[in-house]
Amino acid sequence: MASRYDRAITVFSPDGHLFQVEYAQEAVKKGSTAVGIRGTDIVVLGVEKKSVAKLQDERTVRKICALDDHVCMAFAGLTADARAVVNRARVECQSHKLTVEDPVTVEYITRFIAALKQKYTQSNGRRPFGISALIVGFDDDGIPRLYQTDPSGTYHAWKANAIGRSAKTVREFLEKNYTEDAIANDNEAVKLAIRALLEVVQSGGKNIQLAIIRRNQPLKMFSAKEIELQVTEIEKEKEEAEKKKSKKIA
Amino acid sequence: MALQDVCKWQAPDTQGLSPHLPQAGGWAVPRGCDPQTFLQIHGPRLAHGTTTLAFRFRHGVIAAADTRSSCGNYVACPASRKVIPVHQHLLGTTSGTSADCATWYRVLQRELRLRALREGQLPSVASAAKLLSAMMSHYRGLDLCVATALCGWDRSGPALFYVYSDGTRLQGDIFSVGSGSPYAYGVLDRGYRYDMTTQEAYALARCAVAHATHRDAYSGGSVDLFHVRESGWEYVSRNDAWVLYSELQKLPEPEKEEEEEASEAHPEPATPTELAKVENSPRGLEPGDSRMPAETETL
Repeated sequence: MASRYDRAITVFSPDGHLFQVEYAQEAVKKGSTAVGIRGTDIVVLGVEKKSVAKLQDERTVRKICALDDHVCMAFAGLTADARAVVNRARVECQSHKLTVEDPVTVEYITRFIAALKQKYTQSNGRRPFGISALIVGFDDDGIPRLYQTDPSGTYHAWKANAIGRSAKTVREFLEKNYTEDAIANDNEAVKLAIRALLEVVQSGGKNIQLAIIRRNQPLKMFSAKEIELQVTEIEKEKEEAEKKKSKKIA
Repeated sequence: MALQDVCKWQAPDTQGLSPHLPQAGGWAVPRGCDPQTFLQIHGPRLAHGTTTLAFRFRHGVIAAADTRSSCGNYVACPASRKVIPVHQHLLGTTSGTSADCATWYRVLQRELRLRALREGQLPSVASAAKLLSAMMSHYRGLDLCVATALCGWDRSGPALFYVYSDGTRLQGDIFSVGSGSPYAYGVLDRGYRYDMTTQEAYALARCAVAHATHRDAYSGGSVDLFHVRESGWEYVSRNDAWVLYSELQKLPEPEKEEEEEASEAHPEPATPTELAKVENSPRGLEPGDSRMPAETETL
């Protein structure tokens, strides 16, 4: 039944599905994990780095992209599609500044990206974008924001979310561990993001890429060393927690 | 994508400027004729003469204007409204061609309203000025004449921008526009301080326009006074220009505490309360009155 309704994007199936959009969401589930966390004074984006071939230059693999000085996004899914979306979003950020003098709000650029994705689900001859995006940043009013878009063109605001391969596991981890204490200060928020990724990423800190935006400051990518520092801290805390537990039992 | 290309169909751009504005250059002119030269030779002689001013200070933005609409040597209307509300927190003083100003303000109102619905908040005064100047710059060279000061209160406090139809857009504290502006600038530059009280500001604005109407032939009638506060704009008063000017002349010389030169003392900073009592409008309006019924729609 599905095969008759999944060729053209603009055709609904009898039970109300747009199969091409759902297949796009499957493509997203194959992409590497990305996690976003909204703290009180900081927003954090972390992504799982796929292992690169021996001869490949690692630095050219970018999954976290700045859209403007105060907004950035991470994606999960088809890299080429993401590149097209990021380019359009960057142009829109500058157009907005040119027309209206103000930098875009995070919600505005999210709405733009979502509208772009929706347009591609309702045109003939095109296929949807195979990416979900996590868009983070600070608005002029100083409030941190995190939004998630998906291939159908819907968007929602989140306190913390994950997309990609093991999104479900990471989201469950976040639901358990996203507390007021966990985001009490910037460092804690960063550690929460790393801990969430460590749940699903093999071989630890080497395969994690991390970026933060602090209020009124531009995007900062963490170097491998800084990530290693955080990972060792986390492992130390884990050991101490284990010791305490075993002491209690003993 | 492929089918669209074959059919040569363009999807409407809903995110850009609202459609239905005529394309620049899409004017009905005889074939083979350049619109600019055509207008220069055959276009209507549009006349502009006015005095409008606006300045921003601690308690908001003051906008004042005369009310004479002149057409060459003929006073087309002695009681016109030259300060146009755009929305609750934005006014524009208009100078140049009345028809152009009125039309472009309606277009600006529409743009701001659409953006407010999309974004959930009204754009800032800077944005409004940018939008207006960008829209008008498409029509450059086609004899549009709109010289306006946008006065408003937004998230950054009192804001004032000057926009001209060739695309000029300037931010400033004091602007005066029109044929009577040199006279008004003289008075304004003498008496302006950012920390004025509201009554001092009202007096300064009235004085500046009154002096301009005295000397400029194309300005006269009455003096309209508007005030944009944090809570929105307010129509303060309309006073007859000649009555205002003669009352100003009657005021005694004030005593100067700081300045050495006693000549040519400007009356209003020292005696704001006297001035307020002395003015009386032919319609019995008290200055500093509460809001006049708004005749144009508020957004």
